Amino acid sequence: MNWTTICAYEALLPERGVCALVEGTQVAIFRTYEGELYALGNLDPFSGAYVLSRGIVGTRKGEPTVASPLHKQVFSLVTGRCLDDETVSVPSYPVRVGDDGRVEVSLEQRVEVGV
Amino acid sequence: MNRIVVVGYGPTAHRLVETLAGKGFGGTVTVIGEEPRPAYDRVHLTSYLSGTSAEDLTYEVPAGITTRLNTRVTGIDREARQVTLADGGVEPYDVLVLATGSAPFVPPVPGAEHAYVYRTIEDLDAIRTAAKDAVEGVVVGGGLLGLEAADALRALGLKAHIVEMSPWLMPRQVDEGGGSVLKSHIEGLGLSVHAGAGVQEIVTDDAGQVTGLRKPDGTLIEAQVVVFSAGIRPRDELARSSGLEVGPRGGIVVDAGMRTSDPAIYAIGECALAGGMVYGLVGPCNTMAEVAADRIMGGASAFEGADMSTKLKLLGVEVAQFGAMDGALDVTYMDPVAGVYKKLFISDDAQTLLGGICVGDASPYTSLRPFVGKALPASPSDLLFSGAGAQLDLPDEAQVCSCNNVCAGDIRTAIADKGVTDVPGLKACTRAGTTCGSCVPMLKQLLEKSGVEVSKALCEHFTYSRAELFDIVRVRGITTFSELITQHGQGRGCDICKPAVASILASLHNGHVLEGERAALQDTNDAFLANIQKNGTYSVVPRIPGGEITPEKLIVIGEVARDFGLYTKITGGQRIDLFGARVDQLPEIWRRLVDAGFESGHAYGKALRTVKSCVGSTWCRYGVQDSVGMAIALELRYRGLRSPHKLKSAVSGCARECAEARSKDFGIIATEQGWNLYVGGNGGFKPRHADLLANDLTTDELIRTIDRFLMFYIRTADRLQRTSTWLESLDGGLDYLREVIMEDSLGICADLDAQMERHIATYADEWAATLDDPDKLSRFVSFVNAPGVPDPSIVFASERGQIKPVMAQ
Ligand SMILES: Cc1cc2nc3c(=O)[nH]c(=O)nc-3n(C[C@H](O)[C@H](O)[C@H](O)COP(=O)(O)OP(=O)(O)OC[C@H]3O[C@@H](n4cnc5c(N)ncnc54)[C@H](O)[C@@H]3O)c2cc1C
Ligand code: HEM
Ligand code: SF4
Ligand code: FES
Repeated sequence: MNWTTICAYEALLPERGVCALVEGTQVAIFRTYEGELYALGNLDPFSGAYVLSRGIVGTRKGEPTVASPLHKQVFSLVTGRCLDDETVSVPSYPVRVGDDGRVEVSLEQRVEVGV
Repeated sequence: MNRIVVVGYGPTAHRLVETLAGKGFGGTVTVIGEEPRPAYDRVHLTSYLSGTSAEDLTYEVPAGITTRLNTRVTGIDREARQVTLADGGVEPYDVLVLATGSAPFVPPVPGAEHAYVYRTIEDLDAIRTAAKDAVEGVVVGGGLLGLEAADALRALGLKAHIVEMSPWLMPRQVDEGGGSVLKSHIEGLGLSVHAGAGVQEIVTDDAGQVTGLRKPDGTLIEAQVVVFSAGIRPRDELARSSGLEVGPRGGIVVDAGMRTSDPAIYAIGECALAGGMVYGLVGPCNTMAEVAADRIMGGASAFEGADMSTKLKLLGVEVAQFGAMDGALDVTYMDPVAGVYKKLFISDDAQTLLGGICVGDASPYTSLRPFVGKALPASPSDLLFSGAGAQLDLPDEAQVCSCNNVCAGDIRTAIADKGVTDVPGLKACTRAGTTCGSCVPMLKQLLEKSGVEVSKALCEHFTYSRAELFDIVRVRGITTFSELITQHGQGRGCDICKPAVASILASLHNGHVLEGERAALQDTNDAFLANIQKNGTYSVVPRIPGGEITPEKLIVIGEVARDFGLYTKITGGQRIDLFGARVDQLPEIWRRLVDAGFESGHAYGKALRTVKSCVGSTWCRYGVQDSVGMAIALELRYRGLRSPHKLKSAVSGCARECAEARSKDFGIIATEQGWNLYVGGNGGFKPRHADLLANDLTTDELIRTIDRFLMFYIRTADRLQRTSTWLESLDGGLDYLREVIMEDSLGICADLDAQMERHIATYADEWAATLDDPDKLSRFVSFVNAPGVPDPSIVFASERGQIKPVMAQ
């Protein structure tokens, strides 16, 4: 897998997102309260605006989520699926903390999820 | 018996076919209606003018029912058992149900053909079109529907007149005393009432345009729109022409099973004459439909007359009547100043409640209507004066919902046996509350009394309401979301509870909204201290207190907008909105604004927005107080105050009310003696005029009262509940609010005052503070891995010399 280094892990605040530009693709990266990382496409499919990284991070029935800041549809951070409209989803990308303590993402979309 | 044909598709026909479908009727049901759409909700017809669509009003056709719309039935062939249609077709039946309703009565005066009526969606379309070019309008008829029509004309921007034959308004619902109180309410709203007057003619000019209405005494009321609402006439023409028995004054005669003189034909709704009466309210019409459905399917239920009680809120005035309108004894409570009139009718032994009339305060209707014909639950004066009615226990057989004939016992069964726990559940299960809605307060009471915990849970993470969370945070001294959710909630929150808790923490502790963990609780608007727009850019609104600004500051705003290429627009809040800023531009923009002496306008927060002002006594020749000075003082006092929802205010310098203060959460209108304070106003989706809380206050009294009003609201309101709905849901309403914040009935005023003092003492401009904090500033980037790069997805086109957003797809 091809990993791109983004920023220091500490640059991410708990329960907030940031946006990274990776080879022209906008990737929203989130850090949960427990410290796990997730990455989704930044494009909000409902509004057509690149804003998902600015949504509120939380949980729904235990599943980590982000809510679109424009019209509040909720997406699973794990799968990218919209939990308010199952016909809609956003891409979900692999993300990890590299050996040097920096956050890395890969643009190779996850097909099977369950990490 | 397997082919039912229904003539007319109004609300009554709808209830019939719905009931048949619900009971699993096995044959075919065909409904033939002349209107272009299925039945719709006439009770809420007026909402069509304020934006409810025809689709929203229209009922869903039950599955399995055949409809023929746009089709008038022209005759009944009783021999052949078929109806003939205007298009020449026929429709055979085994059972025929006439539900043809009624038509507005238009008196045969000269020019009547130029007048409108108020019954269908098409009528309203015609009135709306006519109102476009009109200045004044007259409604003939001062009954329930007439007042509703007059209100509609007023809402369409016309000066409205009401002409009523009787000596007072709503003669069928209220007596003379009630009529006079009602009249002063309505005149207070700027409508003129011509009672005891008839119509001579509708006057037109040479071009055939209506110019007015002439009364029999020769005087002319100028108007370009005339609406008749002078009663209804049953549509019994099909019955007449086919030889069915009709009443001497119209109406198709039916027996208690809703059968006409031909056993194969039923008549229900407003066209039927049942027990010598035509019923013009949905409640009895629905009951008739249910009786007919039951009979058709072999049942034996009977229509035994119906309660004609009514309660409505017209032009902001509650009017209600229940039971009889006279009796051996009566007790009256009248307060002409407050505009309240309440009267109870009682049997000669003073034991039994016979009926009542209310104007200006309909609470006795809610609490006492179920006791009609029963022993008085308390002394009449207690019932009228102290509002003791609200605490009464209803007997099981007491009718709670007259529209759908639901008794207290039915509601209790739904709660106890079917586990219903809230009002929507009761609506679904019993139909109570689904028609006019006037019984909903009683449903709530029954739920509360039954001990059901009405779920006030904010979301899946907290089982508490916002008000309860506020108290928990306040009493336990909680300062972080994590503390609160670990001790009193579950999970990690969501877009509902996080901003709500952020707002509570801000109301109680002030401090910067982006400090520490609080940053993660905020909606994007609060997180970037700006308002997000459709393309992901933000708008910037500097505070301009009271709308007063120096030329120098105006120039700075202009320069900032020009240098950053922002779209500028004047808001309705008397300030200037700069649109199209990317997150990474916000700090640079605000650096310039803060340096020039501006501060955050909190347009992005659930917080005080603006205090608008009119010109006021400094310049205006009518002004009696300095409205601008007051607006500035109030805006500076409450700036930054976080609350359950946004707060808007305005100050007018005299009764002309140029600042539109009565559409605000708190509005102030200057008087010769001081200030009048109005609360709970709203524009928006559900406009509401603010209520007068107190009059002729000194400046100190005014400020103290607003302090407490705001803090009490902040403590007790639900999430995203504006002051208008909060006030309406407050038990005891305005009187209770007055007791709490002006008479300190709960003993909390010192606390509320202290809380406001704390807010004022700790206020700091959050934009200035952000600019001084490199840590917070570092979050204002489009891309964390490329801080200098602007977001390429943000694209603008130009329109009227400024930018506008272009969406990528
Ligand atoms: C503005 C307004 C406000 C109201 N507010 C209230 C209220 O607050 N509370 C309350 O209790 N009641 C209220 N009412 C009264 C309530 O709407 C009526 O009681 C109810 O509509 C009666 O229903 P219906 O089906 O019997 O008659 P209608 O609603 O008149 O329906 C009859 C239908 O039959 C059609 N029809 C007639 N003849 C034929 C034919 N020959 N062939 C085919 N179709 C035919 C008509 O076009 C019509 O569509 C209000 C009415 C109006 C107009
Ligand atoms: C319920 C629907 C409404 C919503 C969701 C809404 C939302 C908003 C938003 C987001 C802004 C800030 C605009 C910006 O800077 O980006 C705003 C400003 C404003 N709105 Fe509304 N609004 C609503 C209805 C109304 C109505 C009906 C009125 C008037 C009666 C109104 C009056 C104003 C005014 C005066 C401002 C500018 C206030 C200021 O200067 O801070 N709004 N509204
Ligand atoms: S409200 Fe009165 S004082 Fe204010 S501008 Fe209007 S007329 Fe003048
Ligand atoms: S009384 Fe009208 S809906 Fe219940």
